[in-house]
Amino acid sequence: MSGSRTGGRGQLSAPGGLSGRGQLQGPGSLGGSVTAGAETADGADASQNTMVPEGNLAELAKQYGLKPSAARPPLIEYIKRIWQRRFFITGFATAQNMAMYTEARLGQVWQILTPLLNVAVYYLIFGLILNTKRGVPDFIAFLVIGVFIFNFTQRSFIISSRVMFDSLPLIRALYFPRACLPLGYVLIELQQLVISLIVIFATVLAVGQPVTWSWLLIIPILLMQTLFNVGAAFILARFGSGFDDVSQLLPFVVRTWFYASGVMFSIQTYNNLAQHPVIAKVLQYNPAAIYITLIRDALLRSQQQSMPGSKPFSHDLCTQYYHPPPYTAQQFGTHANYEKFLARNLFNSAHCHAVVAMNNLWLFGALWAVVILVVGFIFFWRAEVQYGRG
Amino acid sequence: MADPMVVVDDLHVVYRVYGAGGDRGTAATAMLRMLRRQRRPSVREVHAIRGVSFVAYRGDAVGVIGRNGSGKSTLLRAIAGLLPAEQGTVYTDGHGALLGVNAALLEDLTGDKNVILGCLAMGMTRQEVKERYPQIVDFSGVGDFVNLPMKTYSTGMGSRLRFAIASAKSHDILLVDEALATGDAEFRQKSRRRIDELRAQAGTVFLVAHNLAEVEENCNRVIWLEKGRIVQAGDDVPGIIDAYLRASGGEPRVREPAKA
Repeated sequence: MSGSRTGGRGQLSAPGGLSGRGQLQGPGSLGGSVTAGAETADGADASQNTMVPEGNLAELAKQYGLKPSAARPPLIEYIKRIWQRRFFITGFATAQNMAMYTEARLGQVWQILTPLLNVAVYYLIFGLILNTKRGVPDFIAFLVIGVFIFNFTQRSFIISSRVMFDSLPLIRALYFPRACLPLGYVLIELQQLVISLIVIFATVLAVGQPVTWSWLLIIPILLMQTLFNVGAAFILARFGSGFDDVSQLLPFVVRTWFYASGVMFSIQTYNNLAQHPVIAKVLQYNPAAIYITLIRDALLRSQQQSMPGSKPFSHDLCTQYYHPPPYTAQQFGTHANYEKFLARNLFNSAHCHAVVAMNNLWLFGALWAVVILVVGFIFFWRAEVQYGRG
Repeated sequence: MADPMVVVDDLHVVYRVYGAGGDRGTAATAMLRMLRRQRRPSVREVHAIRGVSFVAYRGDAVGVIGRNGSGKSTLLRAIAGLLPAEQGTVYTDGHGALLGVNAALLEDLTGDKNVILGCLAMGMTRQEVKERYPQIVDFSGVGDFVNLPMKTYSTGMGSRLRFAIASAKSHDILLVDEALATGDAEFRQKSRRRIDELRAQAGTVFLVAHNLAEVEENCNRVIWLEKGRIVQAGDDVPGIIDAYLRASGGEPRVREPAKA
């Protein structure tokens, strides 16, 4: 093997150096030389290589316990290496989060200011201009929760589709399990969400809802949502590392998803959906809608009291919820009385059938989280050695 | 002879380059291509390494020389396990650290954060990072700049800090891709001592440099690459360097009598 390499032509030091190297290109074209097998060093090779010892190189490597450098570690070993770098992941997330606002004069204040401005816009459009209740009590709090919870998933998706490309310098400089990167970026978004929670709590209290023990339920719900986001981030990170088309298309996909996830309306009680139970079920089983509905139910007592299925079914009251009687003087007296009736009527949705019962929402929320996390992690791990290629 | 550390067995590396000309690149031509179900003509394959084999041993410092585009950096990336091989295999013992000129780490973050995160990424514990931190900052010589974002650093400062970070952990394999070129004379002295230390600890160092004096002073073996193939490789460092100089039309290096 090495004999043919070292025994090539003589020195390549002839005055016509250029023509000498010309021969190096050889007849072997791209595909040809790749398929030529281990013995590429044929007669056309002019190399003088004394760094190849006698014998089979693969066996030599095996003899000294050397392993292929671009090999993918086994799954368990991979998980161990990620765990070993847990402080890198958290440190990375915190540092990136801090650095995100260094260019702005107000700095970290934007972390609070951005969500607040968002709330102001949504309040202006949906609360004042459209003056819509959309059949939901405490609509502003309902809307704010939907927007921020969806925002967590949305930002995780969009950032993770670019993470492998954006981090190429780091990937090419140091070896570490690449799964640390999507993990770190979802963690950044989680930190942002925790800050936004202050705004959510403030809104819930501002509309007059009480603090209850059920607020604690947001911890398991956000855990499920985070696991789901991490799994999806793995999938999108791998797709995004291959071709840029993903990050171009993703904003449109995510916006469609935003409208389909009941951020601005209640899937459970929206009148037009009530006539299409199959569509309503499909929308409600989507993970974003599940986590949003669960959080609303945990934070807003008015949601618990008006959630379909939370009270015994009553055909009359349910029909009255969807089709309240028009104002008549002999039935309601003053207009103020009619407004009070309508406000009470919002809670009659509790007497309708649930699109998806709360128990099932919890079950499917957990299923989505576990399935997407496992599938996404394995999918990402299988391409571990490819990410440096760019 | 010492144990082999890096075994490169008939390595081929192929890059796929997107957007490499050939088409006017308008939306209309792209649509037409999709309708005709053609592959993107702009995808070009670049066969950067074509059948390279060699063995490097513990304590070796291997210089890699060749003209621009001859595959030197690609070879280092493949050894570091950062580029998958098209054919053939690179066998190593553990992961190497690759130092390149443009390998900025996290440029929005301060030098201080880069040191900490870089060390954690390499798998150090927090305790180890705390112990090594003053040493790393001292070695890099960036001084007060350590509290500024890395994007404000000069090229030389950046590469000094990166070298300090990557060489902080005793890697068995250190791959240096022109990373010393931008440093000043003092830093080159320091880094040469660090490379010698690593070799003494039975590590292997690969050095890509256009400064042939640097290769000759640091390396005991040299690989001359041309168009992805080895032209000459071996331990006759001055001989191979002279052959390379002659082939590229230059004069042999004038060496001081002590070295010659």
